[in-house]
Amino acid sequence: MTFAVETEHLGRIYRIRNNRKERARELVALQDVTLQIREGELFGLLGPNGAGKTTLIKILTTLLAPSSGWARVAGYDVVTEAHRIRPLINMVSGGESSGYGLLTVRENLWMFAQFYGIPSQEANRRIRALLERVGMADRMDTKSSDLSSGLRQKMNIVRGFLTDPRVLFLDEPTLGLDVGAAREVRSLIREWMASDRHRTLLLTTHYMVEAEELCDRVAIINKGRVLACDTPAALKRALQNEARFEMEVSAPNGLTASALEALPEVQKAALRPTDYGALLHLTLHSEAALAGVINLLTEKRVKILRLSKREPTLEDVFVALVGRSMEEVEQEGENHG
Amino acid sequence: MAEPYHPLAPSSVPKRSGWRLFLQSVFARAYPRLIGQQREKSWVFFDVFLPLLSVSAYVLVYRAMHAPEDYIGFVIVGGAMLAFWMNVLWSMSMQLYWEKEQGNLALYIIAPNSMMSILLGMAIGGLLATTLRALAILVLGVLIFKVHFVVLNIGQLFGVFLLTMVALYGMGMMFASVFLLLGREAWAALDVIQEPVYLVSGFFFPVRVLPFWVAAAASVIPLTLGLDAMRQLTFETGPSLGFLSVSVEISILAFLAALFLLLAKVFMGYVERLAIREGRLTEARR
Repeated sequence: MTFAVETEHLGRIYRIRNNRKERARELVALQDVTLQIREGELFGLLGPNGAGKTTLIKILTTLLAPSSGWARVAGYDVVTEAHRIRPLINMVSGGESSGYGLLTVRENLWMFAQFYGIPSQEANRRIRALLERVGMADRMDTKSSDLSSGLRQKMNIVRGFLTDPRVLFLDEPTLGLDVGAAREVRSLIREWMASDRHRTLLLTTHYMVEAEELCDRVAIINKGRVLACDTPAALKRALQNEARFEMEVSAPNGLTASALEALPEVQKAALRPTDYGALLHLTLHSEAALAGVINLLTEKRVKILRLSKREPTLEDVFVALVGRSMEEVEQEGENHG
Repeated sequence: MAEPYHPLAPSSVPKRSGWRLFLQSVFARAYPRLIGQQREKSWVFFDVFLPLLSVSAYVLVYRAMHAPEDYIGFVIVGGAMLAFWMNVLWSMSMQLYWEKEQGNLALYIIAPNSMMSILLGMAIGGLLATTLRALAILVLGVLIFKVHFVVLNIGQLFGVFLLTMVALYGMGMMFASVFLLLGREAWAALDVIQEPVYLVSGFFFPVRVLPFWVAAAASVIPLTLGLDAMRQLTFETGPSLGFLSVSVEISILAFLAALFLLLAKVFMGYVERLAIREGRLTEARR
């Protein structure tokens, strides 16, 4: 079977230094990544900022050579057969400002279409049709510098679709977009995939909902390593032997997450203050442990306002694999960065 | 009845490759430069009116000194050709760096066309756009200062101009790759280059008045010999004030054109390989 994307023991080390006098230090961006993405699959790479997602995309789009291992796209090696891969792929990154501000939307798209050998007339026909589809037909002659970030990202997505790639790479396509614009972009992605079963799409995101909503399979990546790879449903199923509860409680009265975690069978507790008191997230090894939690709350005179059992999410999967939430990992990365 | 066109359906129109893709890419990358002329009208002030002021200053100095009238023509032609030097130096040379900063460079590299077609497109776009500016300076200068031309061989003159431009923009294409490697430090390098070249290339005087070896060294910049040859072909006293004979200058320019285009290709290939190996050239962060 030919895979649309295949990697084995792929690794990338950057040598970085802040100035010429400083000795270069090594930064491991990717290590031992083995993946197989089938043709027709919408595959997600889920991980915090700095996890190695963009590095992997750069290797697969022939922009970066791996330090170890190998990768193939559409059956071709990314290092030795880059020229065969390039006509078959395209890439769009979130928040990118590619193109030229003084060109109109149509002109920018036309220019990029020319670089892929699309005849001018066909390019213009496709641009018009695609812009109509994304609701930007009236912006065709607007300078791209005058577009909002949402419209600009739609234009970028159109640029990705325009060349009709066999494998499309979307790097954080909804980064920085408001809820409405992000929803539209996701719907467009789904529709593009549904239009041809031979298309493959690799999407990187650090939004759990996006990965869950869009992807056939998801690889969770952190610190350059793939920690798990499966369908969102299968990843979540693996956590179903644990019980998750969400509680709205009154003012905590000195109750802490660590006090809750000290209770038997309590795996993880997170307490977040709210306007009315606090929101408590609990992960328990068994439901029976809930009794101990309620006893502690009663002892601390904390009232339970609402209690609900929660189905596991991809966020829970990430926490189970990494030990911290994605937000915490990103925060830690910023502090160290 | 024609079937409705589905925008997301796979395309049945074959894509071009080979030389047709190359030419298509050259034209597409030249397009922003050409259209920019129409959209940003401020160039008329910054690139025509202001340069004309410094040209006027030299003209007035020569007139005050009662210099031969052909010197006025030398200054006007030099002022027009200066527009090309400024374009190569500040626009063409820095272009790949700006493309990187803007996020276009990565998209250019992953596209199936060659990077040389992109560089050539930038050069041709810049050349055509600057030709309009240079022509405006030339025409206004000639009209205001009533310059008298004696052109015996217009074909040869046009040929010298074209050869000079190929060599000059070939050098610009080479600079584009070199300055991409240098990054921000390139600004300083450009400042270092700009003023000495003004002096030694003889934009406002015949380069022959410089010591021979200085003029010979300045001939590495194609504008030095190009300008000298064009003056020889345009003014009555031109041949007597020429640095080398026109035929020798044409031969050197042809050599420089081939050399710079070859070096541009070699450097571009090197930069592309380096970008892929080290991963720092396509990313502003690293």
